[in-house]
Amino acid sequence: MKLTTFMTGAAVALGLATSGIAADKTKVGFVYVGPVGDGGWTYEHNEGRLAVEEAFGDKVETVFVENVAEGPDSERVMTQMALNGADLIFTTSFGYMDPTINVAAKFPNVKFEHATGYKTADNVSVYSARFYEGRAIQGHIAGKMTKSNIVGYIGSFPIPEVIRGINSAFIHARKVNPDVQFKIVWAYTWFDPAKEADAAKVLIEQGADVVLQHTDSTAPQAAAQKAGNVITFGQASDMAQYGPLPRVSSIIDNWAPYYIERTKAVMDGTWTTSNRWDGISAGMVGIGEISSAVPADVKAEALALRDAIANGSYHPFTGPLKKQDGSDWLAAGEVADDGTLAGMSFYVEGIEGDIPQ
Amino acid sequence: MDISVINPILLVAALMGAATPILLAATGELVVERAGVLNLGVEGMMIIGAICGFAVAVETGSPLTGFVAAAIGGAALSLVFAFLTQVTLANQVASGLALTLFGLGLSALLGQSYVGVKPPKFDDLDLGALGEIPVLGPILFSHDIVLYFALALVAAVWLVLRFTRFGLLLRAVGENHDAAHALGYKVVRLRVLAIMFGGACAGVGGAYISLVRVPQWTEGMTAGVGWIALALVVFASWKPWRVLLGAYLFGGITQLQLNLQGAGVAIPVEYLAMSPYLITILVLVILSADKSAAPASLGRSFHASN
Amino acid sequence: MMRLEKRPQASQGFAYATPLLAVAATFFFGGLLFAALGKDPVEAIATIFWQPLFGEFAFYYRPQLLVKGAPLVLIAVGLSLGFKAGIWNIGAEGQYIVGAICGAAVGLACYPAQSALIFPAMVLAGALGGWLWAMIPAVLKVRFGTNEILVSLMLVYVAEQLLASMSLGLLKNPEGYGFPGSRNLQQYPSAHNAELIAGTGMHWGVVAALIAVIFAYVLLARHRLGFAIRVTGEAPRAARFSGVRPVRLVLFCLGTSGALAGLAGLFEVAGPAGQISIDFNVGYGFTAIIVAFLGRLHPIGIVLAGLLMALTYIGGDIAQSQMGLPAAAIQVFQGMLLFFLLAFDLLTHFRLRLGRTEAV
Repeated sequence: MKLTTFMTGAAVALGLATSGIAADKTKVGFVYVGPVGDGGWTYEHNEGRLAVEEAFGDKVETVFVENVAEGPDSERVMTQMALNGADLIFTTSFGYMDPTINVAAKFPNVKFEHATGYKTADNVSVYSARFYEGRAIQGHIAGKMTKSNIVGYIGSFPIPEVIRGINSAFIHARKVNPDVQFKIVWAYTWFDPAKEADAAKVLIEQGADVVLQHTDSTAPQAAAQKAGNVITFGQASDMAQYGPLPRVSSIIDNWAPYYIERTKAVMDGTWTTSNRWDGISAGMVGIGEISSAVPADVKAEALALRDAIANGSYHPFTGPLKKQDGSDWLAAGEVADDGTLAGMSFYVEGIEGDIPQ
Repeated sequence: MDISVINPILLVAALMGAATPILLAATGELVVERAGVLNLGVEGMMIIGAICGFAVAVETGSPLTGFVAAAIGGAALSLVFAFLTQVTLANQVASGLALTLFGLGLSALLGQSYVGVKPPKFDDLDLGALGEIPVLGPILFSHDIVLYFALALVAAVWLVLRFTRFGLLLRAVGENHDAAHALGYKVVRLRVLAIMFGGACAGVGGAYISLVRVPQWTEGMTAGVGWIALALVVFASWKPWRVLLGAYLFGGITQLQLNLQGAGVAIPVEYLAMSPYLITILVLVILSADKSAAPASLGRSFHASN
Repeated sequence: MMRLEKRPQASQGFAYATPLLAVAATFFFGGLLFAALGKDPVEAIATIFWQPLFGEFAFYYRPQLLVKGAPLVLIAVGLSLGFKAGIWNIGAEGQYIVGAICGAAVGLACYPAQSALIFPAMVLAGALGGWLWAMIPAVLKVRFGTNEILVSLMLVYVAEQLLASMSLGLLKNPEGYGFPGSRNLQQYPSAHNAELIAGTGMHWGVVAALIAVIFAYVLLARHRLGFAIRVTGEAPRAARFSGVRPVRLVLFCLGTSGALAGLAGLFEVAGPAGQISIDFNVGYGFTAIIVAFLGRLHPIGIVLAGLLMALTYIGGDIAQSQMGLPAAAIQVFQGMLLFFLLAFDLLTHFRLRLGRTEAV
């Protein structure tokens, strides 16, 4: 008996908590997988949060919890934010996907935004960035600037997101330099500065004079600087402190425009479920300043490529393209569809080596 | 696949750098364990060293001052452990784990304003013509001073443990603290000194990561190196030169693994990554035939009235 | 001069008073820390300790205490048996991982068949996995005299690599768009360790933890084996004379703690966590060691210690989001709490004497 009463009470309270929010301030919650001080992934999401505060001033209140483990801890943190009156919650790691869906089902009036996932619901949107667009520009510069024709690539885990980036960079490097080869090393970590530094050093020792990274620390930049005559690109954040050499440009995760737009939509009551995959055009993927170390003509081509991608006249995955095994993928002029890109688990023709299973 | 792209000379030179943080921390922990104390807080002391060294190097512009600060920081944190285990006789396993938790948190608080800052450059020693010698030059004479310091430290620890009265005392305390006490030795004082030495070494090892290997400060950047150092001490069966060997083996496996990947060799990374630990277990089993290997009082509390 | 003098018998009064003293000291120094960070210390401490228990949303947090505390208690109870006998399993994290992998593998192998037998089979596989992983140090110790502290610790790293390999390979969700991680068992009814009564946080893991606590209590208080454990820890030589067989004891203690850790892993992966992923383990195995000591290796004490730890995690997250305290400050606060709890335990076994009085 007592248990039933308790449960009814809980249900009522839950209902109250979700519907009875004072409407004067919009409350936005952020769940981070790493520390704000990681200088990479979480750092950039937090910059987005600060931009929301800046844009709306005292009409908005933001809260965040950092270092939240994927799994039950994240579910609890999201629930706690929803109970405390959050109107909109950004969950910023792939591993939060199922927890986000679970919590969203309990709080139909709270909006959820899950980064890099693929499951949506009435009150759950997903968003991700087309980083591969930036990779195309990196590939172009790399292909033009390499003298050894060996481009090193530090991967984190062999997942579609990373494979897409490798393919995009490779396609555009080959386009301007038919002799270029990619050397790919998997670090099996998103964040282990010492290991990333080691991976960069190994690639350089094996002849790479361009190092691309899909891990978030500046360790590879420092390794390249020490080695000399190697160029790199900033990842996640601009890493401008390593310019003009070795860092010649960067891909910046810029979540601010999206976070501001979605917060505004909640304020205006116009929020609807969406599946957003934005790139350079929407400003979600930023191309950092191309440094003076890049020759003027290469820089001009790179900027032209950026503009073509931004205005939609060019797609980085445009046929004719073949898969690594030589089978046809895209016919001439054909453009890859988002479904294939989202689940990409093959290399394009010309890349050597296998994707680890 | 082309294994010839791997340059063995550079591989060896690189693994020496990669092994230095583990080597420093493990050498310190070896002394601690030889004194009969098991401090599982190496990771915490390393990361405190990493931030203390980094912050001081940035503020003073001198990496060497940073390393000194790292040693002080690591030793200071180890004093907490020394107090808990030697004065209040708390369990060493639990105290060590708590120390790691505390160190990780404290370092993150201290480092809040140092994220994204570039530390002063720490150059390799210029040994002139020595560095030009083929093969040996890049392997032996192209490193920074802390790396050489780490090697010297191993030698020093070996000498002290083996040939000095102080070393003998330390080992006696680790083997049988009651007997050592009965002979009139200051068990607790010796152990506190050993723990502080271990903390200082771990601190310098941490700073080597934040000032030389990476170099930058980010939260949690030691990423488990302290735990590897603990494994290493066991692997080395508490003998200094074997710590050196083991550090190069542990560091070398990661280097080799990355090199093989770069050369296009398909390798099961996870299974290679677990191999040092499996080898350590194997070494342990072999060693257990020899009862004298592990310090007999390891991990046990001592109080004079026992 | 102050000196310590060993009490002939552990002080009952201090056994109860020291945790309170430790908490009070943590409040004081933690408060200083929060004040130094520019936050209201009283509010911060109230947020961490009061809100989850008696705050506005306590109806949600109280069940969460069980969810967060159950694995800690389940593992810690197992560990405490060995710790009492001087058998040191510090590799529970590895046994937790292997238990989860084995249990989940059984469930995933049956997918999508529905049967009431699947979950019990998973539970068995989970316990067996943890047991086997703990049997490695146990057998090595018994057969070769190898130090179990170090072997069990090494096996944690091996298990972590195994976990990464499984989530990227064998157990990867074939419909997961290539992302690492297995299918979500929460969406597979036959394998789901669901809440037994919705909204209470009670899942099978909580039940198992309760059973383990009672089992351990009875074992230690009434059973011959419990006597053997206690006497071995307190006086190993006497134990041998009284007919305790050390080999059996090692196998029993390591095996039990391994099986319980494996169970904790299984209940977590099939319930609150839902899936095997690279970062599935969040350190329960190590935290449980601390919990075991905080609970003074006593089953009831472990329950309290487990709940206290869970409280600081849950309250810490609340303090982060409501007061903007950095996660690191919470970690430091937890570290302090542990330090004080460990340090003050001294008073249970020793008394402080002023002056030069020699010990009797």
